[in-house]
Amino acid sequence: MDWGIILSNTAQSLLSPATMAFALAALGLAVHFGFAGLLNFGIAGFMAVGAYGYAISILTFGLPWWLSALVGIAAAVLFAVVMGVPTLRLRGDYLAIVTIAAAEIVRLLFLTTAFEEVTGSADGLFGYHASFRASNPFPPGTYGFGPWSYNEVELWVLVIGVVLVALAALLVWRLMHSPWGRVIKGIREDEDAVRALGKNVFSYKIQALIIGGVIAAVGGIVYALPSAVNPNVYMTSLTFFVWTALLLGGAATVFGPLLGAMIFWVLQAFLSSFLPALVASGILPLVSSAQAATLRFVLVGVGLVLLVIFRPQGILGDKRELTFVK
Amino acid sequence: MSSKKATPVKTSGLHIGAVEPGVKKTDPIITIDKVHRQFGGLTAVDVDHLEIPRGVITALIGPNGAGKTTLFNLLTGFDSPDTGSWTLNGRSIAGVPAFKLAKMGQVRTFQLTKALALLTVLENMKLGAKSQRGESFIASLFPFLWKKQEGEIAEKALRLLQKFKLDAKKDDFAGSLSGGQRKLLEMARALMSDPELVMLDEPMAGVNPALTQSLLDHILNLKQEGMTVLFVEHDMHMVSHIADWVVVLAEGKVVAEGAPEDVMKNPAVVDAYLGSHQDVDLGVITGRVSKGSE
Amino acid sequence: MAVETSSRSFAFLAKVVLSLIIATLAALTSAPALADTVGEEYDFRVAGNVKNQGDPLEGVVITVSGAGFSSSVATDADGKWAIGVPEDGQWTVSLDKSSLPDEVVTEGTELSRSVEVGQSGSVIQNFIFGKTERMVISFTDQLISRLIYGLNFGLMLGLAAVGLSLVYGTTGLSNFSHAELVTFGALMALTFGVVLSLPLWIAFPLALVASAGLGWAQDAGLWRPLRKRGLGLVQLMIVSIGLSLAARYLMQFFIGGGTQQLPGASARKIPLFGAVALSAVDLASMGISLAIIIIFALWLTFSKTGKATRAISDNSDLAAASGIDVDRVVRIVWVIASTLAGLAGILWAYFRPGIKWDMGEKILLLMFAAVVLGGLGTAFGALIGAIIVGLLVETSALFIPSDLKYVGALGLLIAILLVRPQGLLGRKERVG
Repeated sequence: MDWGIILSNTAQSLLSPATMAFALAALGLAVHFGFAGLLNFGIAGFMAVGAYGYAISILTFGLPWWLSALVGIAAAVLFAVVMGVPTLRLRGDYLAIVTIAAAEIVRLLFLTTAFEEVTGSADGLFGYHASFRASNPFPPGTYGFGPWSYNEVELWVLVIGVVLVALAALLVWRLMHSPWGRVIKGIREDEDAVRALGKNVFSYKIQALIIGGVIAAVGGIVYALPSAVNPNVYMTSLTFFVWTALLLGGAATVFGPLLGAMIFWVLQAFLSSFLPALVASGILPLVSSAQAATLRFVLVGVGLVLLVIFRPQGILGDKRELTFVK
Repeated sequence: MSSKKATPVKTSGLHIGAVEPGVKKTDPIITIDKVHRQFGGLTAVDVDHLEIPRGVITALIGPNGAGKTTLFNLLTGFDSPDTGSWTLNGRSIAGVPAFKLAKMGQVRTFQLTKALALLTVLENMKLGAKSQRGESFIASLFPFLWKKQEGEIAEKALRLLQKFKLDAKKDDFAGSLSGGQRKLLEMARALMSDPELVMLDEPMAGVNPALTQSLLDHILNLKQEGMTVLFVEHDMHMVSHIADWVVVLAEGKVVAEGAPEDVMKNPAVVDAYLGSHQDVDLGVITGRVSKGSE
Repeated sequence: MAVETSSRSFAFLAKVVLSLIIATLAALTSAPALADTVGEEYDFRVAGNVKNQGDPLEGVVITVSGAGFSSSVATDADGKWAIGVPEDGQWTVSLDKSSLPDEVVTEGTELSRSVEVGQSGSVIQNFIFGKTERMVISFTDQLISRLIYGLNFGLMLGLAAVGLSLVYGTTGLSNFSHAELVTFGALMALTFGVVLSLPLWIAFPLALVASAGLGWAQDAGLWRPLRKRGLGLVQLMIVSIGLSLAARYLMQFFIGGGTQQLPGASARKIPLFGAVALSAVDLASMGISLAIIIIFALWLTFSKTGKATRAISDNSDLAAASGIDVDRVVRIVWVIASTLAGLAGILWAYFRPGIKWDMGEKILLLMFAAVVLGGLGTAFGALIGAIIVGLLVETSALFIPSDLKYVGALGLLIAILLVRPQGLLGRKERVG
């Protein structure tokens, strides 16, 4: 077993675009569920809308990358409004079902061959990196050390990702420590009480949905920045993974989703190297390396079950503040 | 506020003309016209005309299922009627959503106390304040826009909390308060918006007797400070002790109105509660069933 | 003391049942694939028949080629061929003329065709010689055939949805792992019928017993303890999500990413009328679904436990106060729900056709659509909702691209929740 490679892969994932994207998605979901109490099980849909909005703007409309990112964000706002206006008055588990259905409809629309020209259908979209790379301020070369070595393109992506995560975290922190945040936390617990105090509950819920959705869409864009946009990424299981990361870190905190996303992704990277290595060195008998890969998802599922039963507030959360725990 | 059990001074001269259901008031704050609310086959509320007098304490009483909470929900925007309209200070408010009514000066409390257990007592109080600049999304991002107002709100909250003797608990989570303390918190929070009309849904429900007098004093105090109070109650002692005017509902209709002592002696009311005319259907009294038709 | 030991022995029994199930699943890792195919390790398939004047032709060479991949196979004695391909999308199917018998007339028949493998994972392409088969299928005929398929699908969906609705009605749980019970039934049928090669009339009942056992074990080992612990409904829902993840990937662990078939899955379709052609399996499937549904409906309406189930769905406190043993009824509901779901899994394996590790997940949302449409918590509502969803999904393929056919049902799900959240048969909840 080559521990060197295993640890190197794991360390690398600490600061990868995928991790940043996941952190943003988890932060967006924290705004939805952790702070506003909205059971949004369609967060993958927001990520898809952001990523496709970005890629389609570049490939079909020829816009520069930063304008395309704004288009992706605008698309997320539109999606939030279209999804939220009719559905935000539904109670908890109904909202969960509706949001899953909405995200699945979005994915099917991106997957269908009917729109293949624009969306690339099952192949997805790729080759849209030109304008992004052109605006790279870093001169060609290798930066960093050890497992954290990047070329100038990777560094550019990383810097953008880290900056966006920091901005999003600051935004959420500011919001939740303001009177606006107080209203949201009240709504999370009891809408009618807040309504009786003169607050337009519906308007606040839509705002929360939009803000969280935009943050998640930015996560989708960050994920797509260095690679490609593929409809098979934005499936319901992605939503469930984001939920796991959020609950792991602490749903109603600002740093919880970031921490949870990092731990989740690092663990995944570790296991995806470690488990096949166990098989190859004969420690895990009767198991092929393909099977070993599926084992880590089994562990995610089991982990989520144990988490929500025994420590629903996650690592950083405060149990006294949780609404969904009796 | 005296700690002795003083007899409240009752206001009289509230009505115009003979006392009967739907009698006009000298200075109504709310007038209700032809409100009808049905759930499936059951008529919950069927009020022809009702006026609530301003500046005094009115009690809404009646047996279980009489429609009191439904009427409450209708008036406060938590339900919508099948037909009917009502006005607040002459302004039609039927169909106005609940949150707008609260901004217009009409606040309510709930039968099952809605103190937000996951917020601290002080945060609960601050939530009750009106017109907070910091509650808008954009403004919330720039603390300098709302920090000062937040300080003023905190001061007002502390003053109210002192009045209700909850100031020592200001940083505790509301969930850690006792049931009675949460009732007081809900009332104090409702006062943060300087309301004109305070609507209390069974304020005495589930309150231990030791706290009852304190709550009664607080309600009387509301009248002293010029607010109008409308409350739903079952406790007859409380009603006769502090109410200036009583409205009796049965099977969704107003069967009697008047000063407490008159209403208590009204045979229709006694029947509604005690069923002393046990062989007569309550519907006879409310007019739903014509007499002698059984 | 007696209660303690009996609950401990139940937990032990639950563990034994679970271990048996896992051991059986382990046998699956050596499941053989279907004969007469090449490339069965791939997820996608192009298949078909070669016939001359109605008779199957053996030994004809068919080649499927596409993006950098090419594979050939010869038809078997039934004239059938199947080639696995690594991805979906466009493929070219070509017939090697030199492998045809000399007497076959090939004029008028295209020997090289373009096909599309879509979301269903497979596509059929037949080469028919000797007859100029110009089949112009009228719209009405297409509609009727779609309605029949939709009914078949809807009945099968109904079997799965009923359990979902009943579990919601009696415990308040929106069970996102219900889809895995469907997959599990198909998997058990595969284990007993293919891996262990038992005759189907033994294998299928055994599969149902296994499904029932899993349902029993779930309630005994997980849901009842969690209910007793006082977990909130949102927490329970998230537990079911974690469970669905773990179960799904565990099943992928055992059978891999490919598709397997039950015996008789590629049975010949018998043309009945119009454009409707059903195989013996399709007809049996509809018959079985209908029969089981009727038996279940009778049970729910007339039996003591059935009535108790409806009482608990209506108002569990009142039901408990009137002497109904709620825990016992809930346990029975879980057993029935998982058995019906397992049966639905076997039927779904024939309908698709094919057994895949995530086959249940694909119809989870359709199940929710059916349940919500009919009314969450009502069993009859779930059945009606499922049939409507089945009809809608199949007939919508006439008007919109077939890879969007689920979108209609999902849209309906959202619309129902907005317009009439209590569904067709549910009762509107009074606020406050």
